[in-house]
Amino acid sequence: MQQLDLWSMVFVFMLATFIGFELIRNVSRLLHTPSMSLTNAISAIAVVGSIIIAGEQKTTATTILGCVAVFASMTNIISGFLLTDRMLKMFKKREPGK
Amino acid sequence: MNNEDHYRQLYENLTQFTYLVATALFIFSLKWLSHPKTARRGVLAGVLAMVAAVGGTFLHEEIRHVVGQSGFFEALKWIGIAIIAATIVGIPLAMVPLTAVPQRTALSHSFGGLAAGLVGTAKYMLWLGEGPEALNKFRMTAIIVEIILGYLTFTGSLMACGKLQEWIPTRPITYKNQNLINLSLLTVAIAVGVIIILNPTLWWLFPVVVLFSLAFGVLLIIPIGGADMPTVISLLNSYAGLSAVAMGFVLENKLLITAGALDGSSGFILSVIMCKAMNRSFTNVLFGAFGQVQAAAAATEKKPYKSATAQDAAMLLEQAQLVVVVPGYGMAVAQAQHRVKELYDQLSKRGVDVKFAIHPVAGRMPGHMNVLLAEADIPYDKLTEMDAINPEMPRADVVLVLGANDVVNPAARHDKSSPIYGMPIIDADKAKTCLAIKRTMNPGFAGIENELYYADNTLMVFGDAKAVVGDIVKELAGQTGIH
Repeated sequence: MQQLDLWSMVFVFMLATFIGFELIRNVSRLLHTPSMSLTNAISAIAVVGSIIIAGEQKTTATTILGCVAVFASMTNIISGFLLTDRMLKMFKKREPGK
Repeated sequence: MNNEDHYRQLYENLTQFTYLVATALFIFSLKWLSHPKTARRGVLAGVLAMVAAVGGTFLHEEIRHVVGQSGFFEALKWIGIAIIAATIVGIPLAMVPLTAVPQRTALSHSFGGLAAGLVGTAKYMLWLGEGPEALNKFRMTAIIVEIILGYLTFTGSLMACGKLQEWIPTRPITYKNQNLINLSLLTVAIAVGVIIILNPTLWWLFPVVVLFSLAFGVLLIIPIGGADMPTVISLLNSYAGLSAVAMGFVLENKLLITAGALDGSSGFILSVIMCKAMNRSFTNVLFGAFGQVQAAAAATEKKPYKSATAQDAAMLLEQAQLVVVVPGYGMAVAQAQHRVKELYDQLSKRGVDVKFAIHPVAGRMPGHMNVLLAEADIPYDKLTEMDAINPEMPRADVVLVLGANDVVNPAARHDKSSPIYGMPIIDADKAKTCLAIKRTMNPGFAGIENELYYADNTLMVFGDAKAVVGDIVKELAGQTGIH
C-alpha cells in the first residue's frame, strides 16, 4: 500500500507539472508579473501543511514552528491575491472614441 | 463498522473532496489568467480554491481531536493569532508601489521557502519522537529535499529582495573560487542529507543540513547582477513551488503536490523564457558573473555622438507618424511612467501612432514594464512584444529609448566579442531617428558600451528620464496652448 501511495503521488506530480507548463505557456507576456504573483499565492498552499502542524499541537516546539509557517504562508496568500487583483485592474483597453 | 470509524471516514472524504475542488479551481485560476479579459476571474477562482483548501484542512482528524479536547477557541488560538499577524503584514505588502513589486515578490518567495523549511523541520522532530520506525527512507528523503529547497529559497530570496531594494549592492559580488565554494557547500548539504536519510536517528546532523542550505542560498544570489534578476526571481519562484511539492510528499497530501507543481512549473517556464530572451543558459546566469566584470574594462575609447534638447525632441516627435517607445528599468527608477502617459496623450491627440516595444527582460521581473505602463493608464493593446514590433521598426519615424540599454544594443547582433552577443534585441537602430534619454554617456553597471548611442541617426537627450519627458510634454502642450 505504501509503495502504491508513493507512485500515485509521483504520477500526480508529473501530471500537474505538465498542466502547469501548458497553462503558463498560454499566459500573455503582458501578464507575466501578475501571473507570478498569482502562482506565488497558489504556492502558499503550504498553509495546509502549516495548519496541520500548528493545529495538532503535539509538542510546543512544533506548534511554534507551525504557527510561524502559518504566518509566512498566510502573508503570501493575502498579499499575493490582493496584489494580483490590484495589478489586473490596471490593464485596460482603449476606451472607444478616444 | 462502529460509529466513530464511520464519522472518521466521512470527514476524511469531505477533506479530500474539498481538496479536489480546490485543485480544479487552481487550474481554472491559471487558465483564466491567460488573457486580460478573464484574468480577474482567475484571481477569484484562486481565492475560492484557497478558502476550500484551508476549510478542508480544519477537518483534519488530529485537529478535530485537539478541538474536541480543549474547545474551539483554545485549540485554534495560536493559528488565529498567526493569521491576524499575517493580515497585518500582508495588506501593506499588497499596497507597495508597482516599482517595488519585484522585491515584494522576492520577499514572498522567501516566505514560501521558510514555511516549507519549518514544516519539514517540525515533521522530522515529530517523527523522531515517535521512534525510528516512523522515519522510513521515503519520508526522510522527502524531508531532506524539502528542507534543502525550503531554506535555500528562504535566504536566496531574501538576498534577491535586498538587492532589488538596494540594501545590498546590486552589482555582482565576486571573489576567488566562488563557484567552487558554492558548489561544495551544496555538495556538503546533500551529502550530510544522504547520511541522515540512511541513519535517521543522527539528529544532530539535521541542523548541519539546515545551516549549509541557508548559507548556500546566500552565496548563490550574491554574485548575480541586477539585470539578471528576472531570471533569478523566476527560478526562485520555481524553487518555492517545488519545496511545497516536497512538503506534499512528506505529508502525503496530493493538494500540496498539485498546487506546488503548478507553481514550480510556472516559475520554470518563466525562467526559460527569460533565458531565451537573453540568449543565455541557466548555468551562465547562475555561475557566469565573471564575464561581465572583465568586459567593463574593455571599451573606454571616446567616440563622437550627437545630442539634442527636449525642444528638438518635441519637434521630432510631433512630426512623426509612428513613434515607438522602448522602456527599460531606468523608467521605473525615475518613476517616469506617468509622464510617459502624458506624452502618449499629447502625441495621440496629434494623430501620431504611439507604440511601446517591450523586451521580455526589460525591468527587474518578467512583465515588469507592462504593469508599470498599465498603472499609468496606457491601453494594453499599445504594448507590443519584441517579435511583433521589430518588423515595423524601419517604418518608425522616431524611437524613444527610455531607460533601456542592453536590449537595444546592436552589438548583440554582430559583435562576437560582446558579452551580450546573440541576445535578441529591439531593433531601435533601424528606425529613421532614435532619441535616447540618459543621464550621461557612462555605460550601465554591466559596463557594456552601447553602439546605438554613437550611431548617425541617434540623438542623445541628457537628463533624468522623468524630467526630460516632462519637458518634452511641456513643449508639446505649450504649442497648442493646452496645460
